[in-house]
Amino acid sequence: MAAKYISREKLPEWLKALAAERRVLVPVEEGGSVVFRAYDPAKTPVFGSDATAPPKGSIFPASQELFSFACGKEGEDVKPTLTLEAHTEAQPTVVFGSKPCGARGFLIFDRVYMGKKYPDPYYIAAREATVFVTMACDTVENTCFCHWVGSGPADAAGSDLLLTPVAGGYLVEAVSDKGAPFLDSPVLTDGSAKTAEAEAVKTKTREALGEAPDIANAPAALLERFDDMEFWRDQSDKCISCGACTYLCPTCYCFSITDEGSGLAGKRLRSWDACMHFQFTLEASGHNPRPTKAHRLKNRVGHKFSYYPTLHDGLIACCGCGRCVKSCPVSVDIREIVQNAVAKAKA
Amino acid sequence: MTDPFNPYLPEVATILETVQETHNIMTFRVRFDDEAKMAAFKFGPGQVGQLSAPGIGESTFVINSPPTRMDYLQFSVMRTGEVTSKLHNLVAGDKVGVRAPLGKPFPVEDMKGKDIVFVGGGIGMAPLRTLFLYMLDNRADFGKIRLLYGARSPLDMAFSAELPEWTSRKDIETTLTIDREADGWEHKVGLIPNVLLEMAPSAENCVAITCGPPIMIKFTLEALKKLNFPDEQILTTLEKRMKCGIGICGRCNIGTSYVCVDGPVYTYAQLKALPNEL
Repeated sequence: MAAKYISREKLPEWLKALAAERRVLVPVEEGGSVVFRAYDPAKTPVFGSDATAPPKGSIFPASQELFSFACGKEGEDVKPTLTLEAHTEAQPTVVFGSKPCGARGFLIFDRVYMGKKYPDPYYIAAREATVFVTMACDTVENTCFCHWVGSGPADAAGSDLLLTPVAGGYLVEAVSDKGAPFLDSPVLTDGSAKTAEAEAVKTKTREALGEAPDIANAPAALLERFDDMEFWRDQSDKCISCGACTYLCPTCYCFSITDEGSGLAGKRLRSWDACMHFQFTLEASGHNPRPTKAHRLKNRVGHKFSYYPTLHDGLIACCGCGRCVKSCPVSVDIREIVQNAVAKAKA
Repeated sequence: MTDPFNPYLPEVATILETVQETHNIMTFRVRFDDEAKMAAFKFGPGQVGQLSAPGIGESTFVINSPPTRMDYLQFSVMRTGEVTSKLHNLVAGDKVGVRAPLGKPFPVEDMKGKDIVFVGGGIGMAPLRTLFLYMLDNRADFGKIRLLYGARSPLDMAFSAELPEWTSRKDIETTLTIDREADGWEHKVGLIPNVLLEMAPSAENCVAITCGPPIMIKFTLEALKKLNFPDEQILTTLEKRMKCGIGICGRCNIGTSYVCVDGPVYTYAQLKALPNEL
C-alpha cells in the first residue's frame, strides 16, 4: 500500500479522530517522566525522545484482575458456595508514538503468552485489540543498543503502522493488515514524495548507532559462566536490587498472583513481578535457589541472552531500548555483562 | 462470546473429607462441583495442581491419589505459610479452587516390566503415593516393588492409616524407618540412605524413585550411585516456588527448564544436564 504523509500540525486532528473511537495511548510528560497515558488534547504528546517507561502496560497492565470471587452460604442449611467470574475482554486501543523497541517488546511476550499449550486469554484479547503506531527514531542515545539484538531504529516488527519523521511531518507506512485501514484517514495525504527522505532518515539513524559487537555466542558464553560466582559477584557488585530494570523493561514479562479482598468477596490479581527481588524464588520451606543478587542478576541476563533464545529460535529477549541502563540508579549495564561473558568465553 | 479456556480460573471443588496426618500435615479429599468435569478429568501420577483458598491465594501440591481411584482428588498440605494455614482451617463441605493437572507425570509406560524402588522421606511420600498406588492397582504390569518410607519420628509419618496394609501385603516389600528409637516402634531405626544401602536393591532392570527433603535426596542419590543405579533409572520430583503453573510467570525455571511444565518429574540424568540451581 502506498505510503501516506501527515504534517505535524495535522497530527492532533488524527489523534482526536482516533481517540473518538477507542483508547489512544500517547507518551506525555508526568512528574518528570514520559509515560503512556490516554490521549488528552490539552496535553502535548512527547514524540521526540523515547518514553521513560515503555508502553508495556497497554497490553500487560501492571496489575490486572484474573477473576473475582464471592463466597456465600446457601439457604438454611448454610452450605458454603463459591462463585468465580472472569472477564478477558480487552478495550480497543491504539498505542501511538512508541519507538520501535517498545512495540518490539511484545514479540518476546508473544512466544510465551500465545504458547500452544496454555494460551493466555487476557494477553491475547489485549494484543488483538491493540494497534501500534510506531515512530522510527531519528536520533539515538548512548544507551541505545537495539542493533545488537537484531532490531534497529526503524524496526517495524511488532508494529502495525510506522511513522518516520521527515521535514514538516511524518511519512506513514502500513506494516500489517491490522494497520492498513488506518491509512484511509482523510487527515493523511499522499506520501510518495517523502519516501526517499524517510529512507535517508532511517539509514542515517542506523549509521549513527555504529557497529554492533558480535554476541552470537552469548547463550553458550553465559551458560559457561553459570558456576563462576566470582564473575557474577563482580557484575552485580553495584546492584541494589531495586528492580527498576525489570519494571521498565519492554520484554520483562514475569508476574505474581495475589488475592485481594477479605471475607466473602474479592479478586485474584496478577501484577508485574521482578526476578531481581529476593522473594521472587523464595520457597515455602525457606530455601531460596537464588539467594544473592549475584544469583538473581545471573538469571536475568541468562534468561534474556541465553535461556530464552535457546527456547525460541535464537530470538533475544531484549529489545535493546537501554532503559535498564539509563534508569539504573547505580549504572549496572547489561551490555557490559554480556560482553564480559562473551570475552571470558573467547579468552 | 464464549470465554476461551482460561488456565488461571480454578474449578470450584468441595472438600469431602480431611485427614490430620501429622501435627502439621493435613490431607484434603476434594471433588469438582461440576460432575461432568470431574468425570472427564484425567491426569497421570506425579502431576500437580494449584489448590486455592480464595482471598488468600493458591499453592502447588501433587495430586497424591492415583488416577485409578477417581472418587476424589487428594492433596496433602504441610502448614508452612498463609495459604497452607488457611487450608488447614477448612473442613468438609468447604469450597476450594483447583487448577489441575499441571506439569508432567512419571513415565509410567517406560516403567512397565521393571522392578521399582520407592524411597520417600517425610512429606516427600506424597508424590510417591500416587505412583505407588497406581502400581498396586496395576500390579501385574510391574516387577518387584519395594517401598522405603522414613520420617523423623512415628508422629511425623503421613498416611499412617495405610501403613498396616502396605507392610502386610505379600506382593510388595515395605520398609518403614525413623531417625531415632521411639517407644512402641516396631520397624527400622536409621537414616533413609543407610537403610537403603542395607536393603541393597539390585539396579538390574530397576527404577528408583525418590522424594523428600533436599538433604535426604542428596544422600539417597549417593546411596543409589553406590548401588550402581544409572542416572537414567533414578527419578525424582522437584519443588519450586510456582505461581502460574503454566510456564509463563517465570520463577520456577532452572535454565531453560520450567519445573511447572517440564517437571516436576525429572530423571537424575536430566537434572545433571541442567544448570546447578536447585
